[in-house]
Amino acid sequence: MSPNPSLLAEFGTAGQFLDAIGRTRAAGYRRIGAYAPFAVPGLDEALDLPASRLPQWMLIFGIFGGASAFLLQAYLAAVDFPLNAGGRPYFSWPSFTLVTFEFTVLGAALAGFFGMLALNGLPRPYHPIFDATNFDRASQDRFFLMIDSDDPEFDPYSTRRFLDSLNPIAVTEVNREAG
Amino acid sequence: MSRDIEQRTDPERATVLRSDQDYASISRAISDSVLRPTSRGWWLGFCLSGLGVLIFIAAAGYLFYAGVGIWGVNTTVVWGFAIINYVWWIGIGNAGTLISAMLYLARQPWRTSINRFAEAMTIFAASIAGLFPILHLGRPYLFYWLAPYPSTMGVWPQFRSPLVWDMFAIATYIIVSVLFWYTGLIPDLATLRDRARSRAAQLVYGAFALGWRGSAAHWRHYERAYLILAALAVPLVVSVHSVVGYDFATALMPGWRSTLFAPYFVVGAMFSGFAMVIVITIALRAAFRLHAFVTPRHLDAMAKILLAASLIMGYAYGMEAFMAWYGTDADEWRQTVTTATGPYGPAYWGMLFCNVAVPQLCWSARIRRSIPALLVVAILVNIGMWLERYVIVVNILSQGFMPSQFRLYFPTVWDWATMLGSFALFLWFFFLFVRFVPMVPMHEVRKLAHDLGERS
Repeated sequence: MSPNPSLLAEFGTAGQFLDAIGRTRAAGYRRIGAYAPFAVPGLDEALDLPASRLPQWMLIFGIFGGASAFLLQAYLAAVDFPLNAGGRPYFSWPSFTLVTFEFTVLGAALAGFFGMLALNGLPRPYHPIFDATNFDRASQDRFFLMIDSDDPEFDPYSTRRFLDSLNPIAVTEVNREAG
Repeated sequence: MSRDIEQRTDPERATVLRSDQDYASISRAISDSVLRPTSRGWWLGFCLSGLGVLIFIAAAGYLFYAGVGIWGVNTTVVWGFAIINYVWWIGIGNAGTLISAMLYLARQPWRTSINRFAEAMTIFAASIAGLFPILHLGRPYLFYWLAPYPSTMGVWPQFRSPLVWDMFAIATYIIVSVLFWYTGLIPDLATLRDRARSRAAQLVYGAFALGWRGSAAHWRHYERAYLILAALAVPLVVSVHSVVGYDFATALMPGWRSTLFAPYFVVGAMFSGFAMVIVITIALRAAFRLHAFVTPRHLDAMAKILLAASLIMGYAYGMEAFMAWYGTDADEWRQTVTTATGPYGPAYWGMLFCNVAVPQLCWSARIRRSIPALLVVAILVNIGMWLERYVIVVNILSQGFMPSQFRLYFPTVWDWATMLGSFALFLWFFFLFVRFVPMVPMHEVRKLAHDLGERS
């Protein structure tokens, strides 16, 4: 574990921020963190992030929710306690489709919400990067680019010089665990 | 060709956000409405609506004590104000999801500033609507029998009844709406956590923000989750209000047994909900000086949707009468004639006036951009949609098949108290919402500012 703190560069516009990410990647850095006050279009492409696995999870849980709702209704109404309600057939499947649909949506929505939190490692109230100078503006109007000191290309002096060359508002240090 | 379209739409797009706003001013203006000290007007409104909530609690308490007979329902008109208000409130709720989800999928930039309070409206209205089916039960303490749980009695809910579907539809709708709303809130709660100066506010908003850091990985999963939740919410809204329509359409009652009801109820819900959003938008814009974020362009767009929905409602009313005349069912035709000329005729004509005639004013661009005129139209639409449910529920039930059973419905003071109390409850929730939650989604407005041309 290297004793060096990671370096954090602060930018004022999304354009400069994306440009800086591109140049950092071109310079060979790979362990880059990026923080923005909104979902900047093109950020994933600039960082070359893999596609989120969330949609697959939502699909699986949606199918699970719908299938279990349908099977439950069919079992309860036709097998467990068949009841002649208004002369309808025991297995009156068209009546079961509404609740099946609602549970499909519910399963997928719960998977989407909790899956999003899980993939993001939330809830996690404290994170070392919150200690960085001015980082409270990452949720307001500033964009932050972090180069982790674990990066093989990282060097306390040349990396700082490189970040300075991107014309940031400021470059600050972050406790290394920030990751 | 594409340049042509761009030139035509760009000035239009720009009007959804006043041009003097940058990221910092957006964050400041919206979070200050939550973080600054409580104003006297807020306390006044909060306490007055709180008194109304007490009326609601008293009306419900006396109902639980004395029984459902304190209402004006009788053996013929078994559904009165409770079901009218239930359908009305759930209809109000639907527009919030349509604004945040459908317009999100359609990439409408004017949705951004209004979606947070439209969603809040949905959650409050759907929660209030969800109370009425429980209140109107003769034995409300047994409402949990609607849920399929392995009891020692070995019995299960009857899954062939739309009233059971209703329970699942509303419960799912409230849960999904809350998740969707909260997902949209997390980045804004992080902003409040970072801007708050009092320790208590930092802790509370920090806890609800769940440690959101705004990292690229966060945003990537967040955007996916939000997009798919929006895509799920649209069919969910359609299903919820269709189920409400099935409460009537699956019955044998002449005037109810119509295949038109599901889509007609969904459009009616959108219609009344958009009217309510217009009222709320105008009120919040004036009270919190949101003029930079809510522009005449927003009102214009909502008025156009109101007009489109009004035309579909007019078509549905016309088609109901036409099918009754065109078909061979004598009861259906008698119902239609009595609806227009009988004791509930004024409600029917009032409904047509408010829902079909008045919204035609929105053809005029001057009306669409005039706040007082639009406010009047929106309030009349809400009254008209209440009358519509009144006509469907009370008028149809009062004259079924057997003339010996024809009977009128007279609401009692407890019907009125429950209804007015539910309005107060809605307002009370809304006062809490504007005090503690940012009423405009800051991160989405920042993105809008970015899309419209960045300033720093």
